[in-house]
Amino acid sequence: MSTLHTVNKTPFERNALQSCVGHLSPGDALLMIEDGVVGARKGSSATAMVQAALASGGVYALASDLDARGIRPEDMIEGIQRVDYGGFVDLVAQHARTVAWL
Amino acid sequence: MQLAIVVNEGPYTHQASDTAYHFTKAALEKGHGITRVFFYHDGVNNGTRLTVPPQDDRNLQKLWSELGEKHGLDLVVCIAAAQRRGILDADEARRHGKDASNLAPGFRISGLGQLIEAGIEADRLVVFGD
Repeated sequence: MSTLHTVNKTPFERNALQSCVGHLSPGDALLMIEDGVVGARKGSSATAMVQAALASGGVYALASDLDARGIRPEDMIEGIQRVDYGGFVDLVAQHARTVAWL
Repeated sequence: MQLAIVVNEGPYTHQASDTAYHFTKAALEKGHGITRVFFYHDGVNNGTRLTVPPQDDRNLQKLWSELGEKHGLDLVVCIAAAQRRGILDADEARRHGKDASNLAPGFRISGLGQLIEAGIEADRLVVFGD
């Protein structure tokens, strides 16, 4: 019974990403959308937290939201996978439930 | 797979409605069914037919109506949230003695029970908000 977690706020605005990472179970996936994709940028104070999430499961970020914010593939923490809206739908289907960390 | 969508934010104040729209469209393109799209809280503002955004901007309300018409979607606006924000269909306008109604084509006004029902009937419930 794995869960897809969506985070739509930057880790510098709210603690949604931090809360989410603290609740990830093995096999869960984390998807960053909207301003949440800022958490995918490497070299920030949130990077270690995201790397911890990568160690426990898949971490994904919505490509169009990354592009809109000028975050290029080479700017991203290694291991985070870019997905389009179809990929978002697939992640929802692959996991038993979706939790939005609003 | 059957998906239910909840939209908690209005258009233009937050990206949530845009994301929900693109997600719903992608799900339909992949052959999934949409049990219902439930517009709650400020999300009810997606259901007014009186929005007139600049011509070079997306018209989210119209996009929802068009997607709803094309795929026969059940676009439900929460009645309590809608009445607080001045979103009325013809019946509600009459009932409250208002001189106009503004619910957009393809939307209908109903209660929170529709959200619960969608959550029970759908395989997945996906929430978009602030």
